[in-house]
Amino acid sequence: MLSIKNLHASIDDKEILKGIDLEIKAGEVHAIMGPNGSGKSTLSSVLAGREEYEVTSGTVDFDGKDLLDMSPEDRAKEGLFLAFQYPVEIPGVSNVNFLKTAINEKRAHFNQEPVSAKDFLAMVKEKSALVELDSKLASRSVNEGFSGGEKKRNEIFQMAMLEPKLSILDETDSGLDIDALRIVANGVNKLKSPNNATVVITHYQRLLDYIVPDYVHVLYNGKIVKSGTKELALELEEKGYDWIKQEVDLA
Amino acid sequence: MTTAELTKKDIFLETLSTLDFNETEHFLALRKNAMKELESLEFPTSKTEYWKYTRVGKIINNKYELGISKEVDVQPYLIENLDANILVVVNGFYQASLSKIDSESGITITSLSYAKKQELEGVKTHFNQFTQDKSEIFLAINNVYHTDGIYIEVEKNTQSTKPIHIINITTGDNILSQSRNLVVANVGSEVKVIESFINEEGSANFLNHVSEFFVAENAKVEYNKIQDKKENNYSVTTEQVYQEANSNFTINTATFNGALVRNNLNIEVDASNCETNLSGLYLGQNKDHIDNHTVVDHKKPHCNSNEVYKGVLDDESTGVFNGKVYVRQDAQITNAFQQNNNILLTDNASVNSKPELEIYADDVKCSHGSTTGQIDEEAIFYLQSRGISKRGAMKLMINAFAKDALERISIEPLQEYIDQKIEERFA
Repeated sequence: MLSIKNLHASIDDKEILKGIDLEIKAGEVHAIMGPNGSGKSTLSSVLAGREEYEVTSGTVDFDGKDLLDMSPEDRAKEGLFLAFQYPVEIPGVSNVNFLKTAINEKRAHFNQEPVSAKDFLAMVKEKSALVELDSKLASRSVNEGFSGGEKKRNEIFQMAMLEPKLSILDETDSGLDIDALRIVANGVNKLKSPNNATVVITHYQRLLDYIVPDYVHVLYNGKIVKSGTKELALELEEKGYDWIKQEVDLA
Repeated sequence: MTTAELTKKDIFLETLSTLDFNETEHFLALRKNAMKELESLEFPTSKTEYWKYTRVGKIINNKYELGISKEVDVQPYLIENLDANILVVVNGFYQASLSKIDSESGITITSLSYAKKQELEGVKTHFNQFTQDKSEIFLAINNVYHTDGIYIEVEKNTQSTKPIHIINITTGDNILSQSRNLVVANVGSEVKVIESFINEEGSANFLNHVSEFFVAENAKVEYNKIQDKKENNYSVTTEQVYQEANSNFTINTATFNGALVRNNLNIEVDASNCETNLSGLYLGQNKDHIDNHTVVDHKKPHCNSNEVYKGVLDDESTGVFNGKVYVRQDAQITNAFQQNNNILLTDNASVNSKPELEIYADDVKCSHGSTTGQIDEEAIFYLQSRGISKRGAMKLMINAFAKDALERISIEPLQEYIDQKIEERFA
């Protein structure tokens, strides 16, 4: 589904990603872990298409298409979803109205009719229940006045509405208490299917107790320096990142 | 006096001096009195604080002709689905043939000239009552030379069922017009007025318009002002509002265009338990210059005022906001809230924003704030990341910002009309 080869990216002429290689197949859950400043958020930003980042070399293939050649909105329409670490508040723009616009733009992209008001409402009801998001919040301005937990649940609600092929959850666990974490993880798990894939970017192992990854990768200094299964996450939780840093620095 | 000695003011007034007013002694005396004031006033310069950000050169250097009344097709200026009394003023003259008034008991809707001729009590008592000796030259010029306009009076405890829609049109080239309205809302009455300021055709027209509002005890007045002059035209409009106890006055101003627009809104809250709402939206484009100067003068205790003005400025347009709130010594327990927010869409658009509070009472709640910025890039990216184009995202955000400014409009078809105009602008 997603194939990243030798990806280099920089911001303000400072190289952050220094050659990332990653293969993700449908049905898989990948976790990307790593210490602060290792490039985790840069990777998600580059994949989502943030303009500030410049890709200096490498390729990203998304279901046979050149991802890096697409605008952020086309990436979304093709089925990429980024759950933001810091969801943005947009006063005056209603959550459901903008989602309806987004869904219809996606449908138009695939030459489909716009969603009917009835179907859309049914969808809002079903998907907001998935993350226990109050339907009142669904119709309010995007994230305005939402608590930290509500913002993260709203991200997963949007993900459920847009039905992406590949979801990237950028530090979705940050700022969540244990109950909110469980709700968010539950939502993600229910959306899992053999046809989609999930990338969980996190600093801590905690989230991975709930969203169990098939593969765990450690990002350090702009490269994936170690890959393994879920046991690697447990090892990191126990021993921290220093041993990996040492291994890399010695090599 | 030789030609060489003529000032800009002399030349400007010369055009108007040929106007002849066939009025009763009472009203001629008011004009004469205003003339005395006008003689002592000069056009503002860049040193005049009240006009610091708006140069009137464009207005006063132009050579004008007097406008004449003319048949105009008003169909394009009607508001869809709005059942209203329609009143048409062209180049400062009332157009009876284009107007449509359903008579309603307790409500007087006529041309101002007719009301004056009949010496109706409301006109005699309130006309020019709050517009004398204000030391503002454009106001003084209108006091002396206003031609015609609309008179509305609502009797005690009467609610007008239909809104009143005034369509104030200028047409022709280099036309100078001086229109004038008076709205008298007696005790416990209620009225809603819409006024559309339109230019039919021609450029370099100047409209100097004045509306007076007398809002008696327990009365409620809503005035909605739509300014939409696409061509290169100039307007100075002044509202002079006087509120008595327990009254409610709301004004919503939507400015869509204007080479030079100056709005002077002055509200005197001279009794307790009043509510005053001032909202404005200005959308500048090309080289538009849109200036809103507002004054709310709280003189008595226990009153609330809410002011929100929002601007979206595109191309090389300029916005000016100067909002002044006075809370006099007697005006304890005043709640005065004021806010001005602006979005600049280009590097060449600009805004001068000056919120001011002058408080002489000690037990009050007042706040004011002003923001000017670009559209939040982070929000744009967020919407893009959900599949909405950059253009679509901008549109969503500007619409949201702009529509929020005029949510106090209570006439639904008008709200829809304005929302649609906003959407058309940013389509």
